[in-house]
Amino acid sequence: MELHKKRKLINNIALALSLAAMSFGLFWLAWILITILQLGIAGLSVAVFTQMTPPPGSAGGLANAIFGSFVMVGLATLIGTPVGILAGVYLAEYGRSTVLGHVTRFINDILLSAPSIVIGLFVYAAVVVPMGKFSGFAGVLALALLVMPVVIRTTENMLRLVPDSLREAAAALGAPKWVMILQVTVRASQAGIITGVLLAVARIAGETAPLMFTALSNQFWSTALTEPMANLPMTIFRFAMSPFKDWQELAWAGVLLITMGVLILNIAARTLFKQKITS
Amino acid sequence: MTLPESGAAVAVAAGAGLKVSPVRRAPSQLGDVIFANLTRGFAILALASLAGIIVSLIYGAWPSIQKFGLPFLWSADWNPPMAKFGALIPIYGTLVTSIIALVIAVPVSFGIAIFLTELSPPWLRRPLGTAIELLAAIPSIVYGMWGLLVFAPIFGKTIQPALAASLGQLPVIGQLFAGPTIGVGLLSAGIILAIMIIPFIASVMRDVFEITPQMLKESAYGVGATTWEVVWNVVLPYTKAGVIGGIILGLGRALGETMAVTFVIGNTNFLSNASLFSPGNSITSALANEFAEAEQGLHTAALIELGLILFVITFVVLAISKVLLLRLERQEGRKT
Repeated sequence: MELHKKRKLINNIALALSLAAMSFGLFWLAWILITILQLGIAGLSVAVFTQMTPPPGSAGGLANAIFGSFVMVGLATLIGTPVGILAGVYLAEYGRSTVLGHVTRFINDILLSAPSIVIGLFVYAAVVVPMGKFSGFAGVLALALLVMPVVIRTTENMLRLVPDSLREAAAALGAPKWVMILQVTVRASQAGIITGVLLAVARIAGETAPLMFTALSNQFWSTALTEPMANLPMTIFRFAMSPFKDWQELAWAGVLLITMGVLILNIAARTLFKQKITS
Repeated sequence: MTLPESGAAVAVAAGAGLKVSPVRRAPSQLGDVIFANLTRGFAILALASLAGIIVSLIYGAWPSIQKFGLPFLWSADWNPPMAKFGALIPIYGTLVTSIIALVIAVPVSFGIAIFLTELSPPWLRRPLGTAIELLAAIPSIVYGMWGLLVFAPIFGKTIQPALAASLGQLPVIGQLFAGPTIGVGLLSAGIILAIMIIPFIASVMRDVFEITPQMLKESAYGVGATTWEVVWNVVLPYTKAGVIGGIILGLGRALGETMAVTFVIGNTNFLSNASLFSPGNSITSALANEFAEAEQGLHTAALIELGLILFVITFVVLAISKVLLLRLERQEGRKT
């Protein structure tokens, strides 16, 4: 009986701790989100979307930073997605058990979790130094390098979920392999691949470190990809570290925009994927 | 495989008086050759980008590697005006903050995984799991700004004095919790990192716990084991490799995290005591703070060498985690 009581007690303590751990995790999520909502909404105004980033001590907005972020994230997705999908197709359809396939899969997983600041250093050395200046183009490249491994990984995983009987059916009808891939397997895993792209966009939308040595930032409206380009994360970084109240308020508004954007993308990706699984 | 049938179909068609060409054209191989090589080319591109990263980092760091050699790793002298560079303080900061993060995140993630797989009512599993994963979706700059402006002041005013008054009084480990309580510093950075890596470790643990065969768990429950005994004596040993893989994955994240650490670590290149309250520097925060203003030449090269060291550390750590997770997958394939 003594032993039984002791085991019961240990079990109850362990389960109570597990409940505490869960609450601990949710506590931080709630605290962070509430702070962002409070301070972010206080900083929001029409001017945030219409005016340029101000010099310290005067009012302004984030229009150029929002625009720059959209341009760079959009272009990086446009470059990284096709590369990622094609490489993912290779891994799932052609290179399943080839040496190249195994090595690429391994390396891709490393790239997937490589520190993003190292990617920034790479683009700095490979693009910024030869060009002689920071540029929006370099920022786009760095972000594209972060999109690529995410898309490769999800494309491969989604294509592998397609049953082989579909491939055999296409082959039996006389379809060449590339037609089979484009019209049968890729189409069957469309929703999953789009999920991967959305997650990749969500990841790069908030990335700051790879832009620090590439796109840098710009206080003015600039659409030239060959010049330093304003972007939300770098602007938040600069403004949040500053002692000026106006700047910090704008930074909170920027944080609210980024966080909401990223969370909405994440939830959209999840619902899309869930629909695909249940349908 | 379908040849006899199609042969028969041709015969039938011919018998019915239809004109069927006996020579059937095989689909052109050209499209396939082009497409296969195209996709292979892009796979090679992914490989080449990793090679490019390594080569360009070594090339960029070369002046510093040549000048300082191996002692770069353990020299504590980081003095840009005197052109003297040693990586000890950033490396120390990176390792210490990551270890603090693991010490906090591993037990918490373990608890969360137990809660999600054994304790939670089924209808709550999905929303709670998603909530924890959303912690991973919040961009690191948000953690950084929140950490600096909201968390650190409260932490410095309430928690740090409490820690100093309790743990700080103990003999040996008391040194870790001594000194001025200013909020920002190694300990704050470690705690923020812990919050950031909890979702990674917890979701890997949950996923591997779920692959434990139901039969094993039911046998243990059948002989009267409690939930905790099942988790500790059956589930955990079965998923050991996966759990360690997940922890190392989290470690990899913590080592390479930039923005959150840069905001709260305090950014100083001097370290006089062992206290976790004191500000420091990590590899990533040194890069973030100094790189844009560094002079071309030795200073830039030394910073790139820091990046190279970071990349080598995370590469090794991630490779180990990958191998462990693969081993679990293979074991799973064999046993079920």
